[in-house]
Amino acid sequence: MPDTIDLTLCVNDERFAVRVPPVRTLAEVLRADLGLTGTKVGCGEGECGACSVLLDGTLVNSCLVLAAECDGAAVTTIEGLARDGQLHPIQEAFVRNGAVQCGFCTPGMILAAYGLLSENPSPTEDDVRRGLEGNLCRCTGYRKIMDAVLDLAASGLDLAVKGDRVPQEGGRNG
Amino acid sequence: MVDLIGKRVPKLDAPEKAMGASRYVQDIELPRMVHGKILYAGRPHARIVSIDTAKARALQGVRAVITGADLPATPFGFGKDNFALKADRVTCCRDEVAAVAADSPEIAEEACGLIEVEYEDLPAVFTAEDALADDAPVIHEQWPNNVRVDYNYSHGALADGEAESDVVVEGTFELQRVTHGCIGPCGIIAEFDSTGRLTVHSLTQVPFLYRNDLAKIVGMPAESIRIKQTAICGGFGSKLDIYPYDPICVFLARASGRPVRLLFDREEEFFASPFRQPATIKMRSGVKKDGTLTFRDVDLLLDNGGRTSWGATTPWIMIRSFSSLYRVPHVKVFGRVVYTNNPYAGAFRGYGNPQATLAIESQIDEMAEALGVDPLELRLKNSLESGETTGQGMKITSCGQAECLENAAKLSGWEEKRAALPAAAEGESRVKRGIGMASLFHVGGGAKIYRSDGCGTILKIDDFGRVTLISGSSEIGQGSETVLALIAAKELGLPLESIHVINNDTDLTPWDVGVHASRTTFIAGNSALRAARTAREKILTAAAKLFDRPADEMELADGNVVMAPTGEVLGSIPKVIRSLHFSGKHEMVVTSDYYEPPSKSEDAEFKGNISPTYSFATQVAEVSVDLDTGVVRLERLTSSFDVGKVINQLAIEGQVEGGVLQGMGYALSEDMKFAEGKLLNPNFTDYKMPTTTDLPELINDFVETGDPDGPYGAKGIGEAPLIPVAAAIANAVYHATGVRFRELPLTPEKVFAKLREAQALREAQTLPTAAPGQGEAK
Repeated sequence: MPDTIDLTLCVNDERFAVRVPPVRTLAEVLRADLGLTGTKVGCGEGECGACSVLLDGTLVNSCLVLAAECDGAAVTTIEGLARDGQLHPIQEAFVRNGAVQCGFCTPGMILAAYGLLSENPSPTEDDVRRGLEGNLCRCTGYRKIMDAVLDLAASGLDLAVKGDRVPQEGGRNG
Repeated sequence: MVDLIGKRVPKLDAPEKAMGASRYVQDIELPRMVHGKILYAGRPHARIVSIDTAKARALQGVRAVITGADLPATPFGFGKDNFALKADRVTCCRDEVAAVAADSPEIAEEACGLIEVEYEDLPAVFTAEDALADDAPVIHEQWPNNVRVDYNYSHGALADGEAESDVVVEGTFELQRVTHGCIGPCGIIAEFDSTGRLTVHSLTQVPFLYRNDLAKIVGMPAESIRIKQTAICGGFGSKLDIYPYDPICVFLARASGRPVRLLFDREEEFFASPFRQPATIKMRSGVKKDGTLTFRDVDLLLDNGGRTSWGATTPWIMIRSFSSLYRVPHVKVFGRVVYTNNPYAGAFRGYGNPQATLAIESQIDEMAEALGVDPLELRLKNSLESGETTGQGMKITSCGQAECLENAAKLSGWEEKRAALPAAAEGESRVKRGIGMASLFHVGGGAKIYRSDGCGTILKIDDFGRVTLISGSSEIGQGSETVLALIAAKELGLPLESIHVINNDTDLTPWDVGVHASRTTFIAGNSALRAARTAREKILTAAAKLFDRPADEMELADGNVVMAPTGEVLGSIPKVIRSLHFSGKHEMVVTSDYYEPPSKSEDAEFKGNISPTYSFATQVAEVSVDLDTGVVRLERLTSSFDVGKVINQLAIEGQVEGGVLQGMGYALSEDMKFAEGKLLNPNFTDYKMPTTTDLPELINDFVETGDPDGPYGAKGIGEAPLIPVAAAIANAVYHATGVRFRELPLTPEKVFAKLREAQALREAQTLPTAAPGQGEAK
């Protein structure tokens, strides 16, 4: 196994080249190599969902994904949602509905909600329950998080952000 | 101007948190920072024969290795029986024996693995009952019978209470250990500056007490230590004490000459953090035929673990509910907190109250059934009232107990469901439904366990009308920052956006006792209110001079000084402040306030008015029980809380909903499982916290009794929502099944087994179809 590997990542529509040890996870690369500390690590075992990000548009626990698997991939983290200091409508909905307390689960929860709404723009309450089941929150009791997601779904706003899908050129491993 | 008090106001720090921009301890990097790691004993009771750190020290990238022998032997914690690193003996698996600072967390971990510790294992004991046996191993020599603390409380005369009773019920309740489950694990950064001054980036929820404790342990004057709280990734009481990792990190920083960051991983967060105090509660309760409660006789046995943190003091809070949850003329509580070789408990939201409330409220229901009255009626008959002093000397200044009972019953459809559901339960369905209630009594404005239970505020308004409100209180996610800003905005007639709260740096903030005992809204809120009122008076006095109008006819609104009767705008608040700066006596608008609540420390008999106000609430749980699988689901939970006055509707709902889900986890699924003192389930797969799929329907009601001393009448809510949940669920499960559970959590295995046992018992006795109560298995 080589000591390090070279990767190209497209994170929040911005390209990065990194050289990392092969065992480094995507969460570690985002936080330590790119300084994107909005991605939180609550367990490192894929159980709490705090590290949720979108990898080529699919929700993953970034603590369980090796960075080496992500060469050429598009990653959306919490830092990619707000643009020009303006909250993304999902972030806005979380704030407005009181879905944030200590805030540690919040970035992952928002990404999970974003992933859910990207696939299903009009979820039922049950869809939201199942969609967020992998994300633990200990402060809010989930009600206000559910409210935020349902509130947003009802608004019919376009949620897409730039760069959360496979980029046109390059593409995964390309 | 819109009055925001009581409205739905988003937390001020929510946008930053929603953008992932808040900095938690894991997100802070300092130049030359190295990484700390702790080596734990991993065995429950042993003598340390020798520690060889040579191999660890030789590892490249290791900057410091420390053991107990390198440190001053300064005991700390409530029982003064804990040490940063244990030099001679370990008394539980989580005991810390050595620590490393290295260039990376990986090197630090590898170095810990190279430390060679030779132990001589000693006989160990794992239950409080076993630890009381004559031949039990002695865990700390100063306490030869292993009893670390005992509690003796009484009011009235128990014998009289027993003599008056027509019905007496008794039972033993077993409460398990549960973890706080903060989504962000613990961590700390310690750095010394060039002058030797120490800055600690900490998650503590009690910064000033923590600083004092840390100073003693690391042998520095407290004034040489600055505590800066990072964004706090979950508190719930877990950060109420100082724990060994705090001074260990400081010692590593001292030994390595570098800033050191020490972060827990999830497994450590589970096994090396305090948990909710487990308890065995043996209790008898009595009542007269007319429904008047007569007595409670309680025997508490608490497993202290191998060291003593705040868990050992939870009987203080339990006693308050035993004595004063409803009016009971004769109460006796005897409690013992006993050393074992298990890990130890700390503070957890509600302190000992969820434990005590389960026992009290289960027996209220049992007595109601024996008397043939509705449990609601029995509770109403014995409710406290405003103006009375309880048997323990607590003065009830505002009391919504009866109203909470009535509201929760009405909103949940209590009367109809209580009558209908047992009938439905006799059908063929494998799913039975039930409804049960429980209430609570809790401090609502702190608890005077120190000489002061106060909080300080410094408030500054600059020449552009920006307010800097510096409060001793801490924001741990609960929303106190926003509550304080709302209060200041209202008093000063300024928009909420003008208020900037600083609450996380002991070099700036005035004294406070910390986030506990549901005290922040009441105490920090009053302090902020009074500081803001002083500033307001100062502005109005200056405005009177500037605009030549009577001060008592002006008010502050929308950033201006206006005439109260007409609303005529005289000028902006910044203009008045500039007039103070530039003319006359050349003054600033900087005010300060130290608010000390009108509470008293309790006396040697545990009596006294420990809090300036008390909280009341009732919760009604509706459950379904699957008889084939034993699965209990909380379908709906209705809460009615006497909060005095709602300051922020959005935040208070969040406090209730979060507390309810924690209480539900306590009741139904959460259980730290130990074998020989070792935690078996240190992860979120094997330790089941509620998720979105478990979320019940939640109905929240707030009763505004208007406390005479609270800010705008408010009292505390922080801990209350968790407290009665388990008791309400247990009562609902009884209503559904006729089987009383006195042991938590109500897991499918446990419920299934006990339902079967009860059924077998019924069949053996060839009783007719069981009505609730007859099927009870004891």
